[in-house]
Amino acid sequence: MSNVYMVGKPIYEDTLGGGCHWSMRVKKGTLLTLTDVKGGANVGMLFYNPYDLLEKYNAPDTLKCQHTFKLTRGHCLYSDMGRIFASIVEDDCGWHDTVCGNLNKNMLEKKWTLKTYQEAHNGWTQNGNDAFLVEFAKYGLNRKDMAANLNLFSQVVTDDEGNMRYVENASKAGDTITLRFEMDTLVIFHTCPHPLNSADEYPVRPVHYSIAQAKPVTDDDECKNKCSENQRGFKNNALYNFLNEPFPSSSASN
Amino acid sequence: MIKHSQLTEDAASFRHVVPAGDYFLHRIEAGQTLRILDLEGNQAADTLFYNADDPSERYSAMDTIREQGNVYLTAGTVLMSNENEPLLEIVADTCGRHDTLGGACATESNTVRYSLEKKCMHACRDSWMLAINQHEEYGLDKADITHNINFFMNVPITANGGLTFADGISDAGKYVELKALKNVLVLVSNCPQLNNPCNAYNPTPIEILVWN
Repeated sequence: MSNVYMVGKPIYEDTLGGGCHWSMRVKKGTLLTLTDVKGGANVGMLFYNPYDLLEKYNAPDTLKCQHTFKLTRGHCLYSDMGRIFASIVEDDCGWHDTVCGNLNKNMLEKKWTLKTYQEAHNGWTQNGNDAFLVEFAKYGLNRKDMAANLNLFSQVVTDDEGNMRYVENASKAGDTITLRFEMDTLVIFHTCPHPLNSADEYPVRPVHYSIAQAKPVTDDDECKNKCSENQRGFKNNALYNFLNEPFPSSSASN
Repeated sequence: MIKHSQLTEDAASFRHVVPAGDYFLHRIEAGQTLRILDLEGNQAADTLFYNADDPSERYSAMDTIREQGNVYLTAGTVLMSNENEPLLEIVADTCGRHDTLGGACATESNTVRYSLEKKCMHACRDSWMLAINQHEEYGLDKADITHNINFFMNVPITANGGLTFADGISDAGKYVELKALKNVLVLVSNCPQLNNPCNAYNPTPIEILVWN
């Protein structure tokens, strides 16, 4: 994470092993930097509005609002309600997938040797679908709340006929992506393999993440000015945040 | 892939015309065949499918395109559910390519795509919101309204990862036909969008036909 978008230093850092899952509620103005520790990582990620869990990350709106199939620096990640959960302010990879979904247990078993918890304890082969379901239940969410997720660090390209190709090890050791949250957000994520990963064995790829305070969004902000759609998205956020945050104490005294 | 159907309209057990801006919600039994017919051409039919016996199992765009290894839908495509199980198969298609990346229009996304002042223009998601509240017997709610198919819509991906909303490749009389592999609910919004070429700026009716 560079200092361009950060106030001070990261206030929390952690590493999730490969095949793990976690969740956290983050405030508007939070910077989240994820780092692929060994290369070839995948981070499945979904966003929800913590105050209205029916509002969630919407991949189709994110793609069509910005006329893009890939996600990278400058792109905003939209909810189904026309608002921006997060902006991608920094990115070493250049291409992140959001249309391939998750592995489930049956798919994993066809691809790799399934290692149960009983057999392998912490070396078990967790899948992205079950990982999301575990985190979902903590907030009262269920499979109906699933949506097309982000697969950060993973690249899937297409040819003229629409045939898809997973790019092996698109992300290198040390590659990072930084998200700046533009509204309060419930972040649910896992480090299970991408469903099109064709490695010989279940890939265990840890991901480091750090959290810091973001500098305020400036008028010349890259993500905000990437396209007129994002300018309008930021206006929707401004109205939402005005309506949902306490009034400044100075105006409350008038 | 262009593939014509052998079924004749006379033999259909059910026919219903859906005007632009309306929804269509109907149960299809396993083994029945559903045709969506573009009556006047270049009309987007935004469509969701559910397992009628447990609607929390539903059409999944991600599972469908990933399992067939191609982002476009056409004859031969098996529509997969969120459990990565087959729900329906496209058995005939005279259009050749259908989109499932672009999602449906909603009033809120219209504010971002076009103008904050267009937030009250009719949108597919409003049709679906009305459908679920007028048909409580199916137990559908907002969480069931998700990533859909845009039959007759053309959304090509460019070599450098862009997404373009191109002129439709559909025409009057073109159709797509699906065989139900489970009992399914079909929920269509006949798209009212006036702000882009997905309906040639002139939304028109579609017809639904079902054969036993």
